Amino acid sequence: MIQWDGTRVLLVGGSSEIGLAIVRRIASERPVRPYLLGRDGARLAGAATALERSGCARAELDLVDAEDLDSHAAAIARAFERSGGFELVVLAVGVLGAQQGLDADPAQAAEVMRVNFAGCGSLLLHCLRALRGQGRGTVVVLSSVAAERPRAGNAIYGAAKAGLDALAQGLADGTAGSGVRVLVVRPGFVRTRMTAGLAPAPMATTPEQVAEATVTALGGRANTVWVPGRLRYVFAVLRHLPRPLYRRLPL
Amino acid sequence: MPPSEAVFSPAPAPPAGAGTIAPVRAAVSGWGGGPRAPVMLARPADADALRAALDGHRGAIARGMGRSYGDAAQLAGGLVLDTTGMRTFELDREGGTVTAQAGVTLGELLGALVPAGWVLPVVPGTQHVTVGGAIASDIHGKNHGSAGTFGSHVQALGLLTSAGEVLELAPDRGSELFAATLGGMGLTGVILWARIALRAVAGALLRVDTDRVRDLDEALAALIAPGGPHRVAWLDLLGSASGRGIVTRAEHHGAGDAYAQAGARGGATVRSRATVPERWPAGLLRASTVRAFNELRYRRAPRRDRGHVQAFGAHMFPLDSLRAWPRLYGPEGLLQYQLVVPLGAEHVLGTVIGQLRRARVPCYLAVLKDFGPANQAPLSFPLEGWTLALDLPRAAPGVGELLQRFDTLVAGANGRVYLSKDARLAPDALAAMYPRLEHWRSVRDRADPERLWRSDLGLRTGLIRDER
Ligand SMILES: Cc1cc2nc3c(=O)[nH]c(=O)nc-3n(C[C@H](O)[C@H](O)[C@H](O)COP(=O)(O)OP(=O)(O)OC[C@H]3O[C@@H](n4cnc5c(N)ncnc54)[C@H](O)[C@@H]3O)c2cc1C
Repeated sequence: MIQWDGTRVLLVGGSSEIGLAIVRRIASERPVRPYLLGRDGARLAGAATALERSGCARAELDLVDAEDLDSHAAAIARAFERSGGFELVVLAVGVLGAQQGLDADPAQAAEVMRVNFAGCGSLLLHCLRALRGQGRGTVVVLSSVAAERPRAGNAIYGAAKAGLDALAQGLADGTAGSGVRVLVVRPGFVRTRMTAGLAPAPMATTPEQVAEATVTALGGRANTVWVPGRLRYVFAVLRHLPRPLYRRLPL
Repeated sequence: MPPSEAVFSPAPAPPAGAGTIAPVRAAVSGWGGGPRAPVMLARPADADALRAALDGHRGAIARGMGRSYGDAAQLAGGLVLDTTGMRTFELDREGGTVTAQAGVTLGELLGALVPAGWVLPVVPGTQHVTVGGAIASDIHGKNHGSAGTFGSHVQALGLLTSAGEVLELAPDRGSELFAATLGGMGLTGVILWARIALRAVAGALLRVDTDRVRDLDEALAALIAPGGPHRVAWLDLLGSASGRGIVTRAEHHGAGDAYAQAGARGGATVRSRATVPERWPAGLLRASTVRAFNELRYRRAPRRDRGHVQAFGAHMFPLDSLRAWPRLYGPEGLLQYQLVVPLGAEHVLGTVIGQLRRARVPCYLAVLKDFGPANQAPLSFPLEGWTLALDLPRAAPGVGELLQRFDTLVAGANGRVYLSKDARLAPDALAAMYPRLEHWRSVRDRADPERLWRSDLGLRTGLIRDER
């Protein structure tokens, strides 16, 4: 069928800066054939061209809307069929939405929940099923430290990510022994187009740092990775802080 | 299209500026229905607008009337160029040719040509296909044995290449790209116009011979019996006597005949009389209902009839009287499986019909035809032998595995399946069925090194391959 000895990467959320940084980082070591799945055709085309310039093989594109759950099965099936399978799937779908918690615009809040949990979760299920079908492969799920313990300011985003994070971990246990691996990545505040205009939190990071940590983790056996790594220990403490105290932290 | 004086425009021209409108998001599927692909859709009014629509796109495919059953005329995540806005044509009465833009439908052509005494030498089972689609699929009619494919009557065509040039291609210049474009499924470029040789006729009437047949063997014999060149067998695969059917052989009515005079003013096409509603309740189309319908159809056909006079359109395009008929199959849609096997491999037809029955996959429509010799085009479907087309509900349990077994049988007999009907063929089966595939790929890749032209069919079957 298709002759290809490099790594085939499916990036769901194909114009995500973190996702693209991960693809570029892998491509700096070995040949990569990217397949970008996303909502905005023009942005995907731009991302594909940029990836090719940085040494990737020709990228294939397809459109999918995370909110259109009925379209997911066909889109994922098409991706696996077109490229003959994937070694790696990176799930980088997400919107930030409003940050006001309870006072957020209800429509926006609902969108965050639909996209970041229902949409992303449904895509994860389809990807994992396809990977299990081919008997091998890894899926990287971009979660967030906000999933660990949401707070008033990011309650909606954090809750949606927490749902996704829990789903990914649960499914990871379910795929044990099937040759399929799930890696959950929990970055702290990442400076990207999505967070532009927000005041960076302490221990802010960049897409490149997230990519670096992800690729390192791919080489190991961990099921979760925090970026920066220190966050793991910070949250190990924070997780158990009494609520009144946690609420007052300048995070 | 070359400059001309008398140009027909069968329908109101698209609104001013339609050609410059940016592509819009849309979801499209083939005629068989089923899952829709998200695409960017543009409907340019002319070649310049078409070129402009391509700007910034990394993958594109032409689309005509979308009458191919599977995923040939779509590219998920890419640009689909709807050509039906390019629809003028010009008749050359002396030369007996018509020069038509790619988006004109064969029905529109017939409506104008037949009253003028000309007919297209090859028409498919529906009038709603475009000139571009007819060439890109190198379609065949019921008269393949005597007339060959649609492509054999194309004298010249204009092809927009991925480099943005318009090449004028013709068979007599030994052009490999011309041959690769016939049956090339839109993957060599966008056909902009074509000049087609016509046949003189007295009118829109046919003389039809009909025979009822009891089984497959009788059907094969009746298809090659003496008579008119337009031959087809309808088979009833649901009844208790599986394989019984009705065979017709038709020819154009001679000049000077009173019937022909009367028919000259109409009858070249058919009008649709009803439309299947969008939300047709799934499940109304059942083996039991179709079985009863088939029984009726078989009983009503004359046991033996000679020289019956019938209008061209009604005989050639019976399905066109019911608009959107695939909706009968419900939201899952249908798969059409059309195979051809060479002379001497008739046993494959029997095996296929037998296995369908044993697998209890209901076949609601089965059509059998004879084919004459193959042509030079590497991806052209017909080859000398027998072609069988089966309409199957996509949702029928086991249909996928069954068709995979058929692929092996057909390829093993040096036969092939028709890409314009396909929605499921795998790359290894394609390569086994089309021995000149590598040659076609090399011609194609030379014409389009960036692989701009691509389609879901092309990516799925490996017609298009991105090596590196
Ligand atoms: C009821 C019915 C009966 C049929 N009977 C027959 C039959 O008897 N014989 C037969 O051979 N076929 C038959 N067909 C199939 C049909 O003739 C072909 O699928 C034909 O290609 C459809 O034309 P279209 O304009 O709808 O093209 P589409 O379905 O839109 O496209 C088909 C292919 O042509 C390409 N294409 C379209 N326009 C252009 C262009 N301008 N330039 C380059 N490529 C282009 C597309 O990319 C695609 O690959 C039948 C179909 C139906 C629905």
